[in-house]
Amino acid sequence: MKTLRILASTVLAVGISLSAASAGAGEITVVSWGGAYGMSQVEAYYKPWMAKTGHKIKSVDAPNPATPIKAQVTAGNVSMDVADIEYSDAVRYCDEGLLETIDATQLPPAPDGTPAVEDFIEGALTDCAVANIVWSTIFAYDASKISGAKPTTMADFFDTKKFPGKRGLRKGAKPNLEMALMADGVPAGDVYKLLGTEDGVKRAFAKLDTIKKDIVWWEAGAQAPQLLADGEVAMTTAYNGRIFNAAAKENKPFVVVWDGQILDFDLYVIPKGAPNKALAFEFIKFATDTQRLADQAKYIAYGPARKSSAPLVGMYQDGKIKMAPHMPTAPENMKNALVNNFEFWADHDSELNERFNAWVVAN
Amino acid sequence: MVANFDKPDTDVGAVLTTVDGTPLKQALARAMRRARINAFLLVVPLLLFVVVTFAVPIGQMLYLSINNPVFSDHMPRVTAYLKAHPDVGVPGEDGFEALALDLADAKKNRTIGRIGTRVNYDRAGSTSLFKSGARKATKFKGPPYKEQFLSHRKDWSEPYLWNVMRRASQAHTLNFYAAALDFTHDAGGELVRVEPERRIYVMLYLRTFLLSALIAGLCLLLGFPVAHLLATLPLRHSNLLMIFVLLPFWTSLLVRTTSWISLLQSQGVLNDLLVAIGIVGDDGRVQMMYNQYGTIIAMTHILLPFMILPLYSVMKTIPPSYMRAARSLGATPITAFIKVYFPQTVPGIGAGTLLVFILAIGYYITPALVGGSSGELISNQIAFHMQKSLNWSLAAALGALLLFGVLGLFWLYDRLIGVDNMKFG
Repeated sequence: MKTLRILASTVLAVGISLSAASAGAGEITVVSWGGAYGMSQVEAYYKPWMAKTGHKIKSVDAPNPATPIKAQVTAGNVSMDVADIEYSDAVRYCDEGLLETIDATQLPPAPDGTPAVEDFIEGALTDCAVANIVWSTIFAYDASKISGAKPTTMADFFDTKKFPGKRGLRKGAKPNLEMALMADGVPAGDVYKLLGTEDGVKRAFAKLDTIKKDIVWWEAGAQAPQLLADGEVAMTTAYNGRIFNAAAKENKPFVVVWDGQILDFDLYVIPKGAPNKALAFEFIKFATDTQRLADQAKYIAYGPARKSSAPLVGMYQDGKIKMAPHMPTAPENMKNALVNNFEFWADHDSELNERFNAWVVAN
Repeated sequence: MVANFDKPDTDVGAVLTTVDGTPLKQALARAMRRARINAFLLVVPLLLFVVVTFAVPIGQMLYLSINNPVFSDHMPRVTAYLKAHPDVGVPGEDGFEALALDLADAKKNRTIGRIGTRVNYDRAGSTSLFKSGARKATKFKGPPYKEQFLSHRKDWSEPYLWNVMRRASQAHTLNFYAAALDFTHDAGGELVRVEPERRIYVMLYLRTFLLSALIAGLCLLLGFPVAHLLATLPLRHSNLLMIFVLLPFWTSLLVRTTSWISLLQSQGVLNDLLVAIGIVGDDGRVQMMYNQYGTIIAMTHILLPFMILPLYSVMKTIPPSYMRAARSLGATPITAFIKVYFPQTVPGIGAGTLLVFILAIGYYITPALVGGSSGELISNQIAFHMQKSLNWSLAAALGALLLFGVLGLFWLYDRLIGVDNMKFG
């Protein structure tokens, strides 16, 4: 696709590609999400790997690391070696031939010898990607700002009469439509079936309509806790780890409501034509071994993607907070939880986002 | 041969020559040519730069908006079949055979996702249909293909699907322009407007042009007196004032936008001030951003220098004696301003307004940060299709329409006021 080359590289010139310019020998470029999450990866994966192997990692942050992959691969000018992306993107890009395939049998086994393919939780390994964490979109509020009864269900988030104030939501169809349906009383198991129908979509938008005038949109993960801290919103949806970190590290009185949480994986991928493919895979092998995944939970409340890591999850880095109850996968947090359906989003992404965009800008 | 030293150089009728004997005319032409080449060589770097970074990308973008060969490249047999049978809706066995072979190849070459995504632009649910269909197709032992496809999913005999595939198989298409104007094809292949709840782009174009015009007008209103003051004050005062204009101009766009966030947000400086002096109550804080007001305020401030600077440079050239002469001839200050001063500033007004307007049309970071949903502009949708939905052809069509719109307005401006009449300084 030579015709696209110059266009794509011009478009990207101001973006990731420049900041992640060519990595030399013994250095790989890893693109992730920044903020508290990026920090947890630097501490748990990057630093130990650099200390152990002597190689260097150039860490680049992006609001969504999947975004530059297509442009870079299409333009034939790939500057990153490893990217941390969401499930639906990992599956879609793999199908589009934008990623290198990864041989999961090469991944290190669990300490007790269980092969990696059995040790990772179901769905955590795909042809092109290796999951490192299970994360979740939840909603959270500032306990010091809400007097009296506290919100406990997804329906409360959509109830501005009972709990007045602005609401922060991620700008995009996913996962707002799912949350709207759950708030409207749809059981988690039926959400995607219903969203596949015109009536279901209408119902979801109708529910969103009830809070439309109170919505403040956020796009980067770090914006959500910021909106809450600034008092700009009374409640916001957010990635659970970001809220945990604001609460644990900065002593913010933020409370996570687990009802109606939406679980998802983050996965490591290697873009097709990455300059240091072999080294990139070495890094992924290291970063997703049992100990490293367990270590990451020291820094952020995301669940490890390996079963063997779970018992090793201990205390937060301050040595005071037990991490297990803060994991999205903890049994008491899973009572009403929805697992993101990547296949649904691969099919309906463009249709629903188009409709969502039209809904957003319509007055 | 003997040189004739007696012959005078200025012989009448002889050709004028230089010292080395070449005719003067020729030598002059050569020297001129050399100068022209030198001058050209000096601008070559800029010319190349402009061609490589401006003309070529814009050309490619325009081409991308009418050319999307994903389907025809990766589904060659189906494309050929559809071309050979222009009137067939849902094909018979031969069409499905082509489909089976193409899908099996696409599965092998890992291009099936791209094809699915392309068809999915027009028909939701196609990504998984194509993916699972391709998986099935690799296992087909032979004909009858149509039957096997239908036992996989009934969707394969849907006329609309084949309709969409037919359109996708045309690499050169105006469909993306149709989509950029909120048009689509119905089940019968007719061009129709999309359902009301999906219409977005036409409204956003209108909003973008209206808001940009409003912002240009506000900049003129605010910038004119400032530029006048700058041009008439004694130099040491005007220099200080000029710094106030230039300092924000030199500051990063993002810094200025984020400072507007901290000023305007509902827990921000302005609202705190209003609450402190008791104009509004603590629960009645004014929503000044995450809506159109946010976009208008922040963009007016950010673009103001682009209005003040051309105005200032034009006003600086207007001799103060003109106004004095008008006054001494009996004009009131207002008449003198309207009849004498203002007409001379028109070239600056034209330049400033056009500059601000065109810059405003392409803004997207500021509206994205402070505009909320009612302050979103068309460029935010272009960025969305460029970066998130990755539908570059649609992004290119949206961008091309914006470009044509601006060119159209520029043409109109030229007809009404005249581009020659514009002065940037």
